[in-house]
Amino acid sequence: MSGHDHDHDHDDHAHPPDEDGPLTHYQALEVAVRELLIEKGLFTADDVRAAIEAMDARNPSRGAEVVARAWVDEGFRERLLADGNAACAELGFDTGAIRLAVVEDTEDVHNVIVCTLCSCYPRLLLGLPPDWYKARAYRSRVVREPRTVLREFGTELPDEVELRVHDSTADLRYMVLPRRPDGTDGWSEEQLASLVTRDALIGVTLPRLPEPAPA
Amino acid sequence: MARFGPGDAVHVRAAHPPGHVRTPWFVRGKRGVVARVLGEYANPEELAFNRDGLPKLPLYEVRLRQHDVWPDYDGSPRDTVVVDLYENWLEPAGEER
Repeated sequence: MSGHDHDHDHDDHAHPPDEDGPLTHYQALEVAVRELLIEKGLFTADDVRAAIEAMDARNPSRGAEVVARAWVDEGFRERLLADGNAACAELGFDTGAIRLAVVEDTEDVHNVIVCTLCSCYPRLLLGLPPDWYKARAYRSRVVREPRTVLREFGTELPDEVELRVHDSTADLRYMVLPRRPDGTDGWSEEQLASLVTRDALIGVTLPRLPEPAPA
Repeated sequence: MARFGPGDAVHVRAAHPPGHVRTPWFVRGKRGVVARVLGEYANPEELAFNRDGLPKLPLYEVRLRQHDVWPDYDGSPRDTVVVDLYENWLEPAGEER
């Protein structure tokens, strides 16, 4: 079977453009330095590949696991707020040498994270940030009109709640510890973790119970 | 030793030096309050030029009211923005209003 009839126009496909353009200055620099270091035997091509693979294996489910543990274990919650790196290590997550600060939402305060200067993000716990987190629009607007930005993410906060925007300007990386949703008494850690999305760990949305299935 | 402690009102220097600076433009010249002292870290403005960044600088979590940062801010008067600033960017600002 051919499996591919050519009675349609390939221009209609949603696919990224081919990268046929010349390398930028920094791309050429990266390739040159990488190849030189491999040639000199400082590391191998497989080391580079494995490092990329390990980075890509990190994902927000680790943060969700951390949050779920904090919701069910008061002692862990206190240790997490005091020292994010050490608490994550208890769950087997190596968050590296950069300090991880976990900021807790309360009845009176909602936290949201940005890096206005670049795209600082707790990558060693959560993996790579979403593209919008790195975009100039989010980085500039979330400090200027955070309630409007959150509304665009579907998140409405009452005026009585302090919206606290953390700009990761320096040596710390930030993650939000959201509030545990009502109606989750007796839930297992695994069930609780399933409510915690990447965007909730950044603070642009809140963990919510799934909509009940239509009858 | 950290020059400021939690609750101290501080003024962010309105300086515009060249180089690798980790103080966002939008807080320069603004007033805030130290929320936490975060410890001492090598000076990033020096590290950027492959120097040792020593002596280390105290780093502070500084909380600013959005209305003090943006006079036309249209969110809640409770809203704040928190930035981490090195001591070389801070000056005492007297009593909190």
